[in-house]
Amino acid sequence: MVQSIDRSQGRATGGEIGNASAAPATFTGNRALQIEEPLIFEMGQPGRCGVDLPEPAPRSPGVKDRLNGLRRAGDIGLPGLSEPQVVQHYTRLSQKNYAIDMGVYPLGSCTMKHNPRINEKVARLPGIGDLHPLQPVSTVQGALELIDRLAHWLKTLTGMPAVAMSPAAGAHGEMCGMMAISAALEARGERAQRKTVLAPESAHGTNPATAAALGFIVKPIPANERGRVDLTALKAALGPDVAAIMLTNPNTCGLFESEVVEISAAVHAAGAYFYCDGANFNAIVGRVRPGDLGVDCMHINLHKTFSTPHGGGGPGAGPVVLSAALAPYAPYPWIVKDGDKWHVAEDEAKVEGKPLGRLKAFHGQMGMFTRALAYIMSHGADGLKQASEDAVLSANYVMAALQDVMSQAFEGPCMHEALFDDSFLKDTGVSTLDFAKAMIDEGYHPMTMYFPLVVHGAMLIEPTESQAKEDLDLFLGALRSLTAKAKTGTAAEAFKAAPLYAPRRRLDETLAARKPILRWRPSNNPPETDPVKQAAE
Amino acid sequence: MADVRYSEEHEWIRVEGDTGTIGITQYAQEQLGDVVFVDVPASGRKVAKGESVAVVESVKAASDIYAPVSGEVIESNAALADSPGDVNTEPMGKGWFFKIKMSDKGELTGLMDEAAYEAFVKSLS
Amino acid sequence: MRYLPLTDADRREMLSVIGARSVDELFKDVPESARLGAKIAGLPDHQGELEVERAFQAYAAKNLSPSSVPFFIGAGAYRHHVPSTVDYMIQRGEFLTSYTPYQPEITQGTLQYLFEFQTQITMLTGMEVANASMYDGSTGTSEAVLMANRVTRRHKALVSGGLHPQYRRIIETAAKWEGFSAVIGKPDVEGLEDLIAAVDKETSCVVVQNPSFFGHVRDFAKLAAACHAAGALLIVVVTEVVSLGLITPPGEMGADIVVCEGQSIGNGLGFGGPYVGLFATRDKYMRQMPGRLVGETVDADGKRGFVLTLSTREQHIRREKATSNICTNAGLCALAFTVHLTLLGEAGFKRLAEINHAKASELADRIGAVPGVKVLNDSFFNEFTVRLPKPAAPVVEALAAKRILGGLPVSRLIPNDPSVENLLLLAATETATEEGMGPLVAALKEVL
Repeated sequence: MVQSIDRSQGRATGGEIGNASAAPATFTGNRALQIEEPLIFEMGQPGRCGVDLPEPAPRSPGVKDRLNGLRRAGDIGLPGLSEPQVVQHYTRLSQKNYAIDMGVYPLGSCTMKHNPRINEKVARLPGIGDLHPLQPVSTVQGALELIDRLAHWLKTLTGMPAVAMSPAAGAHGEMCGMMAISAALEARGERAQRKTVLAPESAHGTNPATAAALGFIVKPIPANERGRVDLTALKAALGPDVAAIMLTNPNTCGLFESEVVEISAAVHAAGAYFYCDGANFNAIVGRVRPGDLGVDCMHINLHKTFSTPHGGGGPGAGPVVLSAALAPYAPYPWIVKDGDKWHVAEDEAKVEGKPLGRLKAFHGQMGMFTRALAYIMSHGADGLKQASEDAVLSANYVMAALQDVMSQAFEGPCMHEALFDDSFLKDTGVSTLDFAKAMIDEGYHPMTMYFPLVVHGAMLIEPTESQAKEDLDLFLGALRSLTAKAKTGTAAEAFKAAPLYAPRRRLDETLAARKPILRWRPSNNPPETDPVKQAAE
Repeated sequence: MADVRYSEEHEWIRVEGDTGTIGITQYAQEQLGDVVFVDVPASGRKVAKGESVAVVESVKAASDIYAPVSGEVIESNAALADSPGDVNTEPMGKGWFFKIKMSDKGELTGLMDEAAYEAFVKSLS
Repeated sequence: MRYLPLTDADRREMLSVIGARSVDELFKDVPESARLGAKIAGLPDHQGELEVERAFQAYAAKNLSPSSVPFFIGAGAYRHHVPSTVDYMIQRGEFLTSYTPYQPEITQGTLQYLFEFQTQITMLTGMEVANASMYDGSTGTSEAVLMANRVTRRHKALVSGGLHPQYRRIIETAAKWEGFSAVIGKPDVEGLEDLIAAVDKETSCVVVQNPSFFGHVRDFAKLAAACHAAGALLIVVVTEVVSLGLITPPGEMGADIVVCEGQSIGNGLGFGGPYVGLFATRDKYMRQMPGRLVGETVDADGKRGFVLTLSTREQHIRREKATSNICTNAGLCALAFTVHLTLLGEAGFKRLAEINHAKASELADRIGAVPGVKVLNDSFFNEFTVRLPKPAAPVVEALAAKRILGGLPVSRLIPNDPSVENLLLLAATETATEEGMGPLVAALKEVL
């Protein structure tokens, strides 16, 4: 067998994809470090407990029931495990995950950059991590100052005059921004008339979902052959019915919208607002201020650009920077400084402007603010700019190193992510999905697949600034090797069998969706005789 | 003999008297892949031609089904709840979606016959 | 810069492979008018870990840490002891630094704990199906109302005056901008509100909280029956999830959707976030749920495994027809929740609830004995409302000056309402001690 790995790019994994190891079965079903793990409900025993709690104080004699007669009857059904069992269970589960801490995680549009541990440490300091959101304002002056400090950085980096800190994630920030636009239109008396939101076909799904939730009709704007918004089509779509455009910049094809200034001018001339999806802000921090592009509002995903941990899908945070036109409508709460004292403007506080309402209890994702500020202070103005440049450089390097073997979707340079289509796999019998699953066996998390929708079989690679060149080279070598194997035209079966070396092989998603099993039940207790279900009927 | 007509949204309607039985075509099920769920309309619902009345879902896609004609839904295929795969195996048989009592049979004239639909599908590839 | 692995030599080599002379060339698509030459002025440069840590210690020093003083605040966020194992687990890099489990073959760890989490939520709430988390209880409540509007195709929500005031605000905000009507009840201080008569054929849902914001424990079975007779849904909100160890779960009262703030289990106070929203409903509404769902299936070798499922509800597929725009949720906070609850188990969780109730009962007895102070609750779990002989806000400030965090003046969340001006909300969890209760009672006597 001839191996087609480019040795100069790094060491080869060896073997041929799709060729399962002939290792014998084990008694336990475990394979060395890969340990099969039952559910906690299959491990528990009555009488075991992972915490030691004192006996509750006995009720004084004669004290009446203070639960209004609503004492819970019967078992909850929770399993009992000791502390070592709990530690082992979750440790074993953790070992079935891929993570940034393990290597290249090129998931496009997600900015899987290094998550520094100092961020975790400062978020847990007594006096920060243990504060109650509603303790007297006089006792949380440092916390309010911290939030204001992060707000200052965000406003300065984006060149915007105001920021709403409370949204809990990017999609929540979109909701905040589009509500602010609705509020501004209402103040102008044009809310009933401007019901259309324009969004490029390549937009994140959250954009149309957000606009539709707020009662807007979403009108797609086509892309031109350069992967950017078609300015002529946009101008034709603008009119007195248009409330806003929702535009991601850099866009989801990994490209900077080169006509963004013309776009914002046209949008404003038509009396509409410019919502910028800031998911890709990491490409331009310190090099471009969205405020200079005519943006009216933009959410910032702190878990993308500013390294707060992705945590298996959250928590995130989605502060929204606002232009002067939208700032008066920012939701409660926000921080104000009065002399040398910090205050919180909470509901019904007397303020100028017309706050759109409230989106979240308390003051926002403080734990994420702390981490993001620690990241920002660690980098400083110089490091943030360098980080963006390195992210863009790395993505262009990926694009250049693969352009002869994969099919670049649009001409470069790209920003912080490189987009390919599946035309290089034409007639090989290998799909984008197969290609991605084969990457797993090479020890990599796949790139984002089938997004953006405007590119056939899209593969979106975002290396971030966090990878050393030699690690990128090994990754690129693996991709080159896979393209060579795919192009032999005889490897389709092998690709379809991948992955072989992961904790699980491909999972049957059709079965999962046809007969949804969304919770554990005792296996000898089918749903129709399940006591929990019966009690609920 | 039953008359079968086709829409450009890849639905078929089998006409018997003033009752039409509606489902999706072989081509449509191939495009969708494994069907995992079909949301069918309730009996008694009045629908207008072109209105979104049902949803058919695969693992990664959801498609709206539009009423090819106006009328009242008189029956829907309850068996699809347990075996949505019928849409893949017998799209024009056991995989039917719902039956409608047509209010205007004249609307059928805007639909294609089998030969026209076959030509239409060919033009797509 | 310690986080950036590329050296200048690497950068030069990479530029030569790209065929660019400088990194500036890579930004050539940026309109010239918007290109920044030098770094942004007025911001400091990078700092070492030591300097950063010192800066945060300085912020912390300007706050009064609840861990170091008598502490009795609740109102939707509760101070509980979190076992060390929890924090250790969520800081494992394999959990901390992975993302949404899009590739199930290499994210079974996340998927399995979320499946276990979903199961635990159904057990606690007495419901049939739960999702893999919402941002928090407050946003989850607003999502529940939107879901009820979808299910019933109606557009009027009745919101109890016993619901947390900020949660009510969030529903009002959604109602205004998303286009439905929300009828908001007056603050239900005494716990006597009866919404049954208000439920009509236009009502999509009734939203109640148990125990209520003011601490009252209510039976909503009759309200549930009235909702169902009118074709409306009952949404029960629980902001103190530990109460479910002692109180009849909403599912047994006939709730259709249950939303909980999960912060109490596994998650610290953190000045208000990030927390974790728990969201549960009936099987029949499964496809109308917002958020991510994990389901069981098998892999190509027939082995049990887990995947994200029923994704066609979600924004990345359904776009403008999605059930919600939610994407990233609260994965790591859900892990903290499930690890803590697994440590507690049946016996530990129930005992924790008993201890909370006993501590609060003791506090209520002692506070109620202070002259001029009246406990308003006949029933409560670990939080109750008292009426003071004078406005509560300055009293709480005076207590803070004595380094005692002695509850929440209700007027902070319900401003401009003279009827609540003298009300103080007090909570006691398992963390309350004699060393805390004694000084609170003594200080209260002094400042009143």
